[in-house]
Amino acid sequence: MDSIIERINQHKFWQFHGGIHPPEQKALTSAKPIKQLPLPKQLILPLQQHIGRQGDLIVNVGDKVLKGQALTSSSNPMSVPVHAPTSGIISAIKKSVIAHPSGLSELCIFIDVDFEDTWRAREICHDFTKLSQQQIIKKIADAGISGMGGAGFPTHIKVNVKPDINFLIINAAECEPYITADDLLMREQSAAIIDGIKILDQLLNPAFILIGIEDNKPQAIKALQQATTEFEKISVCVLPTKYPTGGEKQLIKALTGKEVKSGALPIHSGIVVQNVATCFAISDAVIHDIPLIKRVVTLTGQALSKPQNVWALLGTPVRYLLEQTGFVTEVDPANSSDFTSPPVSSPPVIMGGPLMGFSILNESVPIVKTSNCILAPSKEEMPSAFNNNSNEVECIRCGQCSDVCPSQLLPQELQWSAKAKDHQQLTKLNLFDCIDCGACAYVCPSQIPLVQYYRVAKAEIRQQQQLDLKAEKAKARFEARKLRLEKEKIAREEKHKKAAAARKATMNKKSADGGTASSAIAAALARVKAKKNEAELQVASNDDSKTEQEPQDDKSQAKAAIARAKAKRLAKKNEAELPVASNDDSKVEQEPQDDKSQVKAAIARAKAKRLAKKNEAELPVANNDDSKVEQEPQDDKSQVRAANAKAKAKRQDKSQANELVVTSNEEKASDKSETSPDKDDKKAKIAAAVAKAKAKANAKHEQAKPAQEAEANDEQTATKSNEVLDKKARVAAAVAKAKAKAQAKKEQEKQLTSTNEEST
Amino acid sequence: MAFWIASSPHNHSQAETSALMRLVIYAVLPGILAQWYFFGWGNIIHIVLAITTAIVCEFVVLSLRSKNNKKNISKQLFDGSAILTAILLGICLPAIAPWWITVAGAAFAILVVKQLYGGLGNNPFNPAMAAYVMLLISFPIQMTLWQPPLALMTIDLSFSNTVATIFTGFTSEGYSVEQLRTSIDGFTMATPLDTLKTNLGLGLIVSETITNNIFTNNLSSGLGFAFGWEWVNIAFLSGGLVLIVKKAIAWQTPFSFLISLFICSFIAYSISPDTSASTLFHWLTGGCMLGAFFILTDPVTGATSTKGRLVIGALAGLLVYLIRTFGGYPDGVAFAVLLCNMAAPLIDQYTRPRTYGHDIDKKSSPISDSKTGKQGASK
Repeated sequence: MDSIIERINQHKFWQFHGGIHPPEQKALTSAKPIKQLPLPKQLILPLQQHIGRQGDLIVNVGDKVLKGQALTSSSNPMSVPVHAPTSGIISAIKKSVIAHPSGLSELCIFIDVDFEDTWRAREICHDFTKLSQQQIIKKIADAGISGMGGAGFPTHIKVNVKPDINFLIINAAECEPYITADDLLMREQSAAIIDGIKILDQLLNPAFILIGIEDNKPQAIKALQQATTEFEKISVCVLPTKYPTGGEKQLIKALTGKEVKSGALPIHSGIVVQNVATCFAISDAVIHDIPLIKRVVTLTGQALSKPQNVWALLGTPVRYLLEQTGFVTEVDPANSSDFTSPPVSSPPVIMGGPLMGFSILNESVPIVKTSNCILAPSKEEMPSAFNNNSNEVECIRCGQCSDVCPSQLLPQELQWSAKAKDHQQLTKLNLFDCIDCGACAYVCPSQIPLVQYYRVAKAEIRQQQQLDLKAEKAKARFEARKLRLEKEKIAREEKHKKAAAARKATMNKKSADGGTASSAIAAALARVKAKKNEAELQVASNDDSKTEQEPQDDKSQAKAAIARAKAKRLAKKNEAELPVASNDDSKVEQEPQDDKSQVKAAIARAKAKRLAKKNEAELPVANNDDSKVEQEPQDDKSQVRAANAKAKAKRQDKSQANELVVTSNEEKASDKSETSPDKDDKKAKIAAAVAKAKAKANAKHEQAKPAQEAEANDEQTATKSNEVLDKKARVAAAVAKAKAKAQAKKEQEKQLTSTNEEST
Repeated sequence: MAFWIASSPHNHSQAETSALMRLVIYAVLPGILAQWYFFGWGNIIHIVLAITTAIVCEFVVLSLRSKNNKKNISKQLFDGSAILTAILLGICLPAIAPWWITVAGAAFAILVVKQLYGGLGNNPFNPAMAAYVMLLISFPIQMTLWQPPLALMTIDLSFSNTVATIFTGFTSEGYSVEQLRTSIDGFTMATPLDTLKTNLGLGLIVSETITNNIFTNNLSSGLGFAFGWEWVNIAFLSGGLVLIVKKAIAWQTPFSFLISLFICSFIAYSISPDTSASTLFHWLTGGCMLGAFFILTDPVTGATSTKGRLVIGALAGLLVYLIRTFGGYPDGVAFAVLLCNMAAPLIDQYTRPRTYGHDIDKKSSPISDSKTGKQGASK
């Protein structure tokens, strides 16, 4: 600390990294005094002129306002009011283009000036040292003072801090080329500025007050030195001219050798930086009770015939200022005939300096609290401002940008990442430490608009962060909802359980009086089951069901059901392989059968037919005999089923199906089919020839097997049916038939082979 | 009235890449003149050939690349980068090498090394050096057709003779390249570095070697150890110093390169003066100065940070010394440059400067030398 003071006293200061020396061009305006302008006809006052929030509107259209009257009130610490710069009538409150790079429209108050310039009542304070801190802060806040150098941070927040301030730094560097507003202000109003500094001293009580000023303003330095001779705490620190010395962090580094931690405010290091124009505004506000309604604006550039610094009322449209200083519009004939470029008849007009200023959208943009310069360059002095087609070429990594970067970033690497939209890498390369000073783009030999790339990248990252935040919130919301639903579900289940338990309890209570309710339900269930079973029951189990129906306990019912199911399954097998036999039974069977069993039967029949068909093709006659037996007992339904089965069969083999259709329809049809093999002799012959080979190979395989199975199944069926005395005989008969049939089949086979041999 | 909208900064230093390239080309001229004075027209003819080839190749690629934007082609074509590459390649080639060596080299440099990687600003390797190495590996005989300085030659090598030699292999009088390479004392010519290396390999010591005519001569202009070459190198050095003064190149790379080479050779020379060439010999022979000021400082393929440049330069100096002393080739600048090009991205990665406001605690003291403005770099 001591060494810092020592060095400051010796006027040996530090250097920040990088920096550039663009042509200063301050001589355009620095020789002329600040001009007082006549009142403009209309003032346009944006409600928001600084960082933070806009105040609440407290006037209406048609109101007559006095000079210095507040137009908005601040309900939020981050907002400061705006005041009427002169007396007049509010003609409109509507959206208008504001002084912002975006060219966006914001709510503005339009005041029609009455040219009377009548002040509101003021109370002038002759000795501010008697005011309390809170009184001063309130005065500063009510005067609507926000930083007048750059961003426009509300001043009352900056000065309303707890003690332990080491350095109060007054930023008088004014490092941007062209601008001389602060220079002239210091020359002409040095006493008032020192008053402002004293007020700040009273508020903050810093250990040192340093006025940082570049050495290209000798007159201002002299004026300040004279004004501060009897005030030892203030030292005027003359720094070498280098852009951007006026950057807050750069100035701190240059004056104290300290660096402000990335992401932190200078106040965290015990440093407060105030612009010199802000000091003037503070003294005006505290001592003379003049709110911030005017400021010095440098009107400069070679497109102006009379460049000069002026006292401009806030809200003065740029048009009026340009008129006052002789703005010459150069109409480029080549440009107007060029259809590819937009019909621009005017050169750029820049609010702020050439390096950090922004070109304004049109001439109705008003002066605001942070506007220190209106720059209208000619094409000769600033060709790059006119050139829309960027001359950008590839980066050759010359590194000049990183040499001049005051934040010691690597602009060339940032540029690649920005072009690639690699946000992660950009953050890693400390993109957000970029102060947009434009030094890199100024020196870039490839003329890459580096700052533009960074601005876009920054905006994208901020947007992404906001989206992420939103997504995070949405996720939290969704999860909360899920949790809530889960809880509700559990609660509901709990409720249902309780209700069920309550019901049970009441039921049990009732059953104590007359029979258990539960057993009644069980009995009902059993009945339903029994009915179902009844439908499915085979012949064998029908008799059982009679006994079953009688009240039995659950266990025996289940056993019986299982037994029945088994029996059924067995019976079905037989059915499938012994269509004739089962069909005989089906007389009895089909009467109680429901749809299900019918379908099953149909399927079974189809299977049987498919089996038989192989033979059928070669033995239409023999098969027809069977089908006669089969079809006799069948009602219409079974005919349909048969037809379905036929259809299936058809699909399987058309040539065979032709015969099958005929054979299985009606008896007369079968008569026809008897002739069909004769008719279709050739066909049959061919089929037979094909089949013969197959049959020879597979005959024993395919046909002997089912027959054997059938026999085995017959035996099983027989044993089953033995249980039922009534059916015994019938089943036995069926078995006999089946056997007979199997025998017949074998005979048919023999016939087949013989016929086949004949046919070949 | 609507105003012209543009993004800040509205002002520009009006610096241009092409202007930078032009400045470098001007700075290389003294070296070319010295070459011409000592070695004749050969290199100038090669430079012209290389420029022509490079421009043609560049034009072809640019036309293919920017089909819709013909306006930009001429601008990119004459931005000086291709011309500079061609000049540097032409300087490096032996003066009486056949013409197709230059054409192949320039075409390779522009088509493969530069444009296939994406053109200006995107090539990882220095095109001139990559082409030189390609030629050296592919055509070792043609690439070692070094002639003695004009003063030591038995045959008068006029402009027309040089042209004839480059295009036909024989002078107009019918002397072959081999005869041209024979110096007055009857020895076939090699570069001083080559000769030194060969002689050291033969068991001779340095002091014996430099009695050779190419080292010391009876003529007045030699410094005593590499006739002709030392003046060429001094010319390149002067051009490079102009560039540093003009801030066209960063001083760190050549500075650390020369210091590194000096230290390496000095250590070796102090240990064993009989088998090691002197430090000044290393500085003023071969492509040392050309490499230091015109090749290594190529921003595209070098390191970008201050520290990175120092590291790259030191690495290159070490590599040049190692290759010259222990490697298979007499001069190692081209190889060293390519190796450093490879290392550049990594070096950049690890030599990023400390951003303002970051790692403040790591700084030793807030008060350091204010004059150099290198607080961040010297942390």
